[in-house]
Amino acid sequence: MTHIVNLSRREVMIGGVAAAGLVLGIYAGFRKMPAGPADASARATFEPNVYLMIDETGLVTIVAHRSEMGTGIRTGLPMVLADELEADWSRVKVVQAQGDPKYGDQNTDGSRSTRQFYQPMREAGASARQMLEAAAARVWGVNANDCRARNHAIFHAASGRQMSFGDAAKVAATMEIPTPDHMELRFKPASEWRYVGKPIPIVDLDDTVRGKATYGIDVVLPGMKYASIERCPVYGGKALQFDATEALKVPGVEQVLEIPATPIPSGYDPLGGIAVIARDTWSAQQGRQKLKITWDFGSNASHDTTAYRAQIEATAKQPGRIVRDQGDVDATLAATQRRIAADYFIPHYAHAPMEVPNAVANFVDGKCEIWTPTQFPQQARTTAAEVLGVPVEDVTVNVTLLGGAFGRKSKPDYVAETALLSRRIGAPVKVTWTREDDIQHDYYHAICAQHLEAGLDAEGRATAWLHRTVFPAIESTFQPDVIYGSAGELQQGVTDMPYAISNVRCENGPAPAHVRIGWYRSVFNIPHAFAVCSFADELAYAAGKDPVEYLRQLLGEPRKLDFAAMHVDYPNYGASLDMYPVDTGRLRGVLDLVVRSSEWGAPLPPRQGRGVAVHRSFLTYAAAVVHVAVGNDGQVTIPRVDIALDCGIVVNPDRVRAQFEGAVIMGISNALYSNISIKQGRIEQSNFGDYLVARTDITPETHVYMVESSAPPGGVGEPGVPPIAPAICNAIFAATGKRIRALPIDPAQLKTA
Amino acid sequence: MPQIKINGDLRNVNADPQMPLLWVIRDILGLTGTKFGCGIGACGACTVHMDGQAVRSCITPLSVAAGHEIVTIEGLSPDGTHAVQQAWRANNVPQCGYCQPGQMMQAAALLKQTPRPTDQQITDAMSGNICRCGTYVRIRAAIRSAAGAI
Repeated sequence: MTHIVNLSRREVMIGGVAAAGLVLGIYAGFRKMPAGPADASARATFEPNVYLMIDETGLVTIVAHRSEMGTGIRTGLPMVLADELEADWSRVKVVQAQGDPKYGDQNTDGSRSTRQFYQPMREAGASARQMLEAAAARVWGVNANDCRARNHAIFHAASGRQMSFGDAAKVAATMEIPTPDHMELRFKPASEWRYVGKPIPIVDLDDTVRGKATYGIDVVLPGMKYASIERCPVYGGKALQFDATEALKVPGVEQVLEIPATPIPSGYDPLGGIAVIARDTWSAQQGRQKLKITWDFGSNASHDTTAYRAQIEATAKQPGRIVRDQGDVDATLAATQRRIAADYFIPHYAHAPMEVPNAVANFVDGKCEIWTPTQFPQQARTTAAEVLGVPVEDVTVNVTLLGGAFGRKSKPDYVAETALLSRRIGAPVKVTWTREDDIQHDYYHAICAQHLEAGLDAEGRATAWLHRTVFPAIESTFQPDVIYGSAGELQQGVTDMPYAISNVRCENGPAPAHVRIGWYRSVFNIPHAFAVCSFADELAYAAGKDPVEYLRQLLGEPRKLDFAAMHVDYPNYGASLDMYPVDTGRLRGVLDLVVRSSEWGAPLPPRQGRGVAVHRSFLTYAAAVVHVAVGNDGQVTIPRVDIALDCGIVVNPDRVRAQFEGAVIMGISNALYSNISIKQGRIEQSNFGDYLVARTDITPETHVYMVESSAPPGGVGEPGVPPIAPAICNAIFAATGKRIRALPIDPAQLKTA
Repeated sequence: MPQIKINGDLRNVNADPQMPLLWVIRDILGLTGTKFGCGIGACGACTVHMDGQAVRSCITPLSVAAGHEIVTIEGLSPDGTHAVQQAWRANNVPQCGYCQPGQMMQAAALLKQTPRPTDQQITDAMSGNICRCGTYVRIRAAIRSAAGAI
């Protein structure tokens, strides 16, 4: 079987990627030309690009440069490379990259890893395979085009000769590496894929079930000290003075040091505080409890969630900055048969990954080596270098496994404070946050108030749509005086509202920030999908229609949103709209798939109901049908969730399935349990006793359906979350007639009289 | 000096008797499979066996653990083939994996006591263990598939 030249595919992919500014990401993957023949002949290992090494035994080592926080990306991207290489997966070893720009983008967030690196991994694999074929051809004195790699060996059909990858690599290592633009890459046709599209177990599975997987918190260096840091309970506060006398009396405590507070907005820099250094974690925590600190609580000391909520809800009632404008909303609403309005609210959330923020740093002779669970290794390196005042080249960031992250570990404040401490004490040190530190000093998911209005005509069709959203923006964590959301935040469920309505206006009102605001899995799609998908359901009932039928009508004929015509600045998650349009046909596709796969429409007992929601985020389409049962005491249980997705090409279907199973659980946490509130500037919650997350008792029977597609890969980690909360609340309405417009759901509202 | 039997080995531990077993295991004995998650017994990441019972090592002082037989994930089976570990592999349970040692220790204790648990018994036994990735569906499936094998 010969390989085909799949140039069309390549042009499509590179064309799209180029538009997104990622060509550097691809070509960063290829090494410079080898230094010279003398050097080349000395090399025993074939290293055609930064992602791949093949040694003379044939061991294929693939570098995972994106962080593993549970999505399976440490397995998924190497699968793509190994497949194109024709490597035997059992002879592939995956190693984790350090933070280094030579790998291209390593910021593992935004559900971008597969989208951005599917094609570079194919190219890295295909180019290496062709080089191995050329090496074998040279040894045999035959034409390289007659040599084909298959399952870890090169074959020459006419002579029946074969050469192992190890032997071919030995030869290839002495040959000049062609620049990628001088290679015509041949990609395997989908019918010959060995791994892509197959459910491959994660490479860390065995270590994980044996308890041998190494997270940041597990790293131990010889002579390492342990630190715990008391931080000001109010964002922007600082220590005026402290007394460490009692802390130093705790057995095992060795030193107490102050880390200076960073003026707000503090960005990625450490919050500062008083650090207790000890011989073990527990002694450091014990010493910390004995500190006597006088704080200046700073400008956020009167911040109060109850008052702030009233403020942003009032703002949402007022006209805001217009971010999308079509037709004449005011005139249509004024003339409409029925005018429907609703206000929605969601609170702050904390990420609460099971592994708290932590890092190990060892500062020696002006250089700092770090081990840490980070989603953003290059930023961790840069921030550490900045706070240390050393060149970035003098900081090494080793990336461990991440015990969950959800966006928290893209912010390396905890890495930088560890680096500072190591330099101060002249020894390696591990900083481990307590769970209380994690809950009370997070980069919170933004609190958000929204006001929606729609007009319905005599047939119940929506003729006008007004959507106002008010929230503290993420940029407020990095820049002073930021009170409006960015295009990147408003694209997440506001400006991309997909319904076929002629008159649409979307607005964003001002909101100052009083805590650190950050990305949290699915980000602003959480509040916006909650409001938009709930409001669509409200309109369906107002129109007297079945919610699914009404959604189909709202979605209209399949079409691609024309953002220019709507006067919308639409970043599209950094991807090209040509390659990744907002396609209402694909929304309809996942809606239809979930409706026909679930038991939508089947009769249910009293106080049970089903709700539906459909939403695109991170270039992927997802629709959910949730079945709820509401007890007379108002407690909500969830017997079943069906969720359908269309993410284009699926690399590892088992991991895609797992991400959506997990997204259902996180959506349930957001809807039913989680809530961060602030009083006198202090976070009121502290640990899993009062910051609640979903547990196994609420876990529904879960069904995940994937649309088979050869479209370019979209995101997987985040798109499953947004439709869950609105589908739950729509189901509650179907069960009880009570409309939930604020999260987390208050069971008291759902009690029978 | 307090002495504990851990994974079959008798170890002297030079530490404050009030130190939670979790930090004894991790920082002093160097076994890192047992995880810190909350420090208040609310998440189950630190679950180990004490005389065959699942306990939260983060709220079990060394003084209480002393003299008892402690088993951590590293000692659940000599070669990683305990029925629960096999079931976790077969169902591809882990996502980030961090909470899974605690989940497996909890599940192993459940199945030892109740070899064929009902769904409600699984819920009751496992609701103290948080998985923020949301692997509960597969944890439940793995426990059902391991049921009867212990």
